[in-house]
Amino acid sequence: MSSANARSAREIVAAVRDPELPSLTIDELGILRDVRLEGETVVVSITPTYSGCPAMGVIADDIVAALRANSLESRVETVLSPAWSSDWLSDTAKAKLRAAGVAPPGSLSCPRCDSSDVRTVSEFGSTACQALVVCRSCGEPFPHFKTHQ
Amino acid sequence: MITATGTLRVYVTRIADDLLINAQRLAEYMTNAPELEEELAIANISLDNLGVAQALYSYAATVADDGRSADELAFLRTEREFTNCLLVEQPHRDFADVMVRQFFLDAWHLELWAALEASTDPTIAAVAAKAVKEARYHVRHSSGWVVRLGDGTPESGARTQRAIDSLWRFTGELTTGDNHDATAAAAGFGVNPADLEGGWNARVQQVIGTARLAIPEDPFQATGGRQGRHTEHLGHLLAELQFMQRAYPGLDW
Repeated sequence: MSSANARSAREIVAAVRDPELPSLTIDELGILRDVRLEGETVVVSITPTYSGCPAMGVIADDIVAALRANSLESRVETVLSPAWSSDWLSDTAKAKLRAAGVAPPGSLSCPRCDSSDVRTVSEFGSTACQALVVCRSCGEPFPHFKTHQ
Repeated sequence: MITATGTLRVYVTRIADDLLINAQRLAEYMTNAPELEEELAIANISLDNLGVAQALYSYAATVADDGRSADELAFLRTEREFTNCLLVEQPHRDFADVMVRQFFLDAWHLELWAALEASTDPTIAAVAAKAVKEARYHVRHSSGWVVRLGDGTPESGARTQRAIDSLWRFTGELTTGDNHDATAAAAGFGVNPADLEGGWNARVQQVIGTARLAIPEDPFQATGGRQGRHTEHLGHLLAELQFMQRAYPGLDW
């Protein structure tokens, strides 16, 4: 396989979306760690946001399916080190989360009205990486992508 | 004779067993919490525990190299082969039991993972570096509840004290080491549980004090879980946890 193919494999994998946060790709989330070639096989390394993230299986399946659609065989490996950090989210990724109604990690404010007068209802939300918050100004309940360092 | 490789498998499996059995206990309570947010929290924490257990069982299976997979370690070992501490297998009567048990365990995991980040074993160190971040959330959650319940109404306070009174006797085992722990600590991949007692104790005393509750005076502490000698509750838990694999051997999703 040529290096051009390796580059396109990387592009294909980088475009796979997170099943729980479909506004973001796995690359933007920082869980895509490496794409390399072993002979004819594309080997993809991903890292979980949280240890028990149930989306890992789906993400691995989605990666294999996306590459297979481009006639590429692949294998997905899970790596734990270095441990994922919400610092790995780019500014673009944070803006996309906010536009999708999810307050990004960092200073917390309502994604609807921008008020910082908010109340955390639960540190554990609909997914392991999100907390549940309510805005005191406009009443909007929203998920907060937790700061995880 | 205790070898470093044999101990590595035992050491990793003990930590995984604590996490798996606790995850199952939490799962039992998932639809019984006092509010919806709490059910999400309990489900999340259970899942975090399960995720770490899975990583450690996979590693234990690799180290042992005896043909048993991570799933077989979880679903096909008998009661006597499980080496979890007695605390995690204790049943719960109410939310106070769940939160006190969880708090004792979270406080322990916080100390354990922080110490194991420095493990000479790269896999243990990587798991610990990840788990320590989660343990910080977990302990904030469970200690918050212990304080709210303890310093809440007379009823919630009495029930939380009852939970402490019945679970305290199972906490000493967390910081009681044996030959395997000594070997693991000497080899550098593990830590002596007794070395973590100070940190665990300080946190527990502080939270129970803030909650206006008391630690029982009876010094009796039960042990045996690490050697596979369990209370009568583990067998019942395993019967449920392992039912599918026992009824349909080799069942897969």
